[in-house]
Amino acid sequence: MSENKLKISSSPHIRSKTTSGNIMLMVVIALLPAAAFGVYNFKLPALIMLISTTVSAVLTEYIYEKLMHKRITIGDFSAAVTGLLLGLNMPPTAPWWMGALGSVFGILIVKQLFGGLGQNIMNPALGARCFLLISFTGQMTTFIYDGVSGPTPLALLKSGKAVDTMDMLIGTVPGVIGETSVIAIIIGAIFLILTGVIDLRIPGTYIVTFVIFIGIFGHVQNPAVGYFDPQYITAHLCGGGLMLGAWFMATDYVTSPITKKGQYVYGALIGILTGLFRLFGGSAEGVSYAIIISNLLVPLIEKVTLPKPFGKGGEK
Amino acid sequence: MALLTFKGGVHPNDGKSLAKDKAVVEVKPKGNLVFPVSQHIGAPASPVVAVGDHVLCGQKIAAAGGFVSAPVYSSVSGTVKAIEPRLNPTGAMVNCIVIENDEKYEEAEYPPVKPLDEMSKEEILNAIGEAGIVGMGGAGFPTRVKLSPKEPDKIEYVIANCAECEPYITADYRRMMENPEELIGGMRAVLKLFDNAKGIFGVEDNKPDCIAKLQELIKDEPRMEVAALKTKYPQGGERQLIYACTGRAINSAMLPADAGCVVDNVETMITINRALTQGRPSMERIVTVSGDSVNEPGNFKVLFGTNQAELVEAAGGFKEEPEKIISGGPMMGFAMSTLDTPVTKTSSSILCFTKDEVAKFEPTACINCGRCVDACPSRLIPSRLADYAEHQDEALFTSHEGLECMECGSCSYVCPAKRPLKQAIGSMRKIALANRKKK
Repeated sequence: MSENKLKISSSPHIRSKTTSGNIMLMVVIALLPAAAFGVYNFKLPALIMLISTTVSAVLTEYIYEKLMHKRITIGDFSAAVTGLLLGLNMPPTAPWWMGALGSVFGILIVKQLFGGLGQNIMNPALGARCFLLISFTGQMTTFIYDGVSGPTPLALLKSGKAVDTMDMLIGTVPGVIGETSVIAIIIGAIFLILTGVIDLRIPGTYIVTFVIFIGIFGHVQNPAVGYFDPQYITAHLCGGGLMLGAWFMATDYVTSPITKKGQYVYGALIGILTGLFRLFGGSAEGVSYAIIISNLLVPLIEKVTLPKPFGKGGEK
Repeated sequence: MALLTFKGGVHPNDGKSLAKDKAVVEVKPKGNLVFPVSQHIGAPASPVVAVGDHVLCGQKIAAAGGFVSAPVYSSVSGTVKAIEPRLNPTGAMVNCIVIENDEKYEEAEYPPVKPLDEMSKEEILNAIGEAGIVGMGGAGFPTRVKLSPKEPDKIEYVIANCAECEPYITADYRRMMENPEELIGGMRAVLKLFDNAKGIFGVEDNKPDCIAKLQELIKDEPRMEVAALKTKYPQGGERQLIYACTGRAINSAMLPADAGCVVDNVETMITINRALTQGRPSMERIVTVSGDSVNEPGNFKVLFGTNQAELVEAAGGFKEEPEKIISGGPMMGFAMSTLDTPVTKTSSSILCFTKDEVAKFEPTACINCGRCVDACPSRLIPSRLADYAEHQDEALFTSHEGLECMECGSCSYVCPAKRPLKQAIGSMRKIALANRKKK
């Protein structure tokens, strides 16, 4: 009887159209404005670097899964996101193989050895960047812009010098490939918010906490700066990896808390750590380490922020 | 007024346009009628007829098997052909009374009816119990038991579940459009049982015509009001409906009565009205037949015991071979392996789909996106509960409140990794509930 062909499965019998692959593809699209500006700003070397990191990230994932006889998951675009993010976090003057090495480290060590997608305990792109920062400190922190080697706006800020916030907003300043243009990053971020891929909980808390922290402690670190000096705060927000980190790396699903309250705690923690590292640390930068340390604290944050169920005193 | 609702939930494509505007058509059964003695939660009913007996329409053929039980009535006149285990829609073998239809539809003599005002509470309850009425939204809990809370004076709200939040189903919608007076009559009867209660019709705002109609009809009823609810699944879930209508929150260990509420669905209220005004027992209901593989989706008035295949025939048969047939809604209904089973008290719909959406996707790794957390109306973390379930870790499952899950399926619906979250949680929940009972 033909009815024996009927499929039997447990409810629900319908599914939303969103897949993990669609979501990751959205993230790739959202990173394109920053990538495009990076290539415009830093020319060919930036393009070569972005291609090098993205291709090697995807290839590493493919080869590892092939050798380990696992299901090939490059179609979910998550390796592409990792590669592209790492590329955007590289100085344009670093050699392309360095980016490729970072991608191999990020995908192989940080992601696959922990069990692949969804299992890594820190953001693979950031893990790779920190690995490169430690291994090749000189090349990773040298910035040449318009043929001149000079400090980034953040480094200027830390030494108490003036910076042009307009240039920082547009992105015509030295820095890593994808972090310089705040406008390009915000365009991508708005796209992610509108498509429901991310919400404001983590980036919003991060930025607000950070502003409060440097508003107060900026004066402590450098008495020439007043409390909540708007120019100083704007320069800090537009400088370094803060925007890229807040919208694209702190929001990484896998390495951020799944509980709503936990997301606020996590955002606030990154904000405080970023402020601490930037003001009182050895380097002018601090976003990468702030996010990575917070990544490692996620299980703890989740444990103390478990929601109460409906009807048992939980949120109604 | 802001729309009333709850937090969480999902917005699946509602598919209601297929059958929404199709007026109810009566379907006469062709073959034998099959009456399972267990169409409700609780003890099975016990047959009171023997093979060879002649029975009438509305004659009791099985008596309630306990307090939490309900009698079963024949919906046709004819001869009892067999009393034997048969397949019921859920796929279980259940003792059934099979009746050959003589097509005369001779009705039994119904007990005399009194005007509602002259009936005592006890008489109303007895009439409802005797009529074999159970929750017809799908749960099948005997209505008499539901309407007999320990402290009836503490019931402050009687809520008619007019949300019909499951996609595709339009049976309640048609009832509200075609028989609103009977729905209100049912509400009037239930309110008679609870002196301190107010009656609320909770209707989703995708049915503005029903809201307007009910509002018009109850304008002289001081104890009744209509609540417009936001259209969202599972708005018609008991806990969500109570919260939206009253702001009270109950958990899995509580009954609606603990929050001073009683909830009954549209079809149940209409059946109550018929039992009290005409003395007719629960014998028929509206069933929506819909889905993309049916020729003429529609709503049908069907006698219990009618073969479901006849119902699909009444809807013009299949235009394309279905891959999946669901009894109930696509979110919480169950897939059937065959249509050769009877319509029962809880059959709200037959949905036939040419493609099984679930089979299209292969589950992948959880990316921790938290969409299931946002969708969960019970404020749980479904992805973690599913992990605990897959690891058979009952202790963690219970300590993370897995028992609070109401299996609405919203988590599985939204999951971008297409993980069978509700399925894993549901299986573990059964084990945990059984173990809790043992203790």
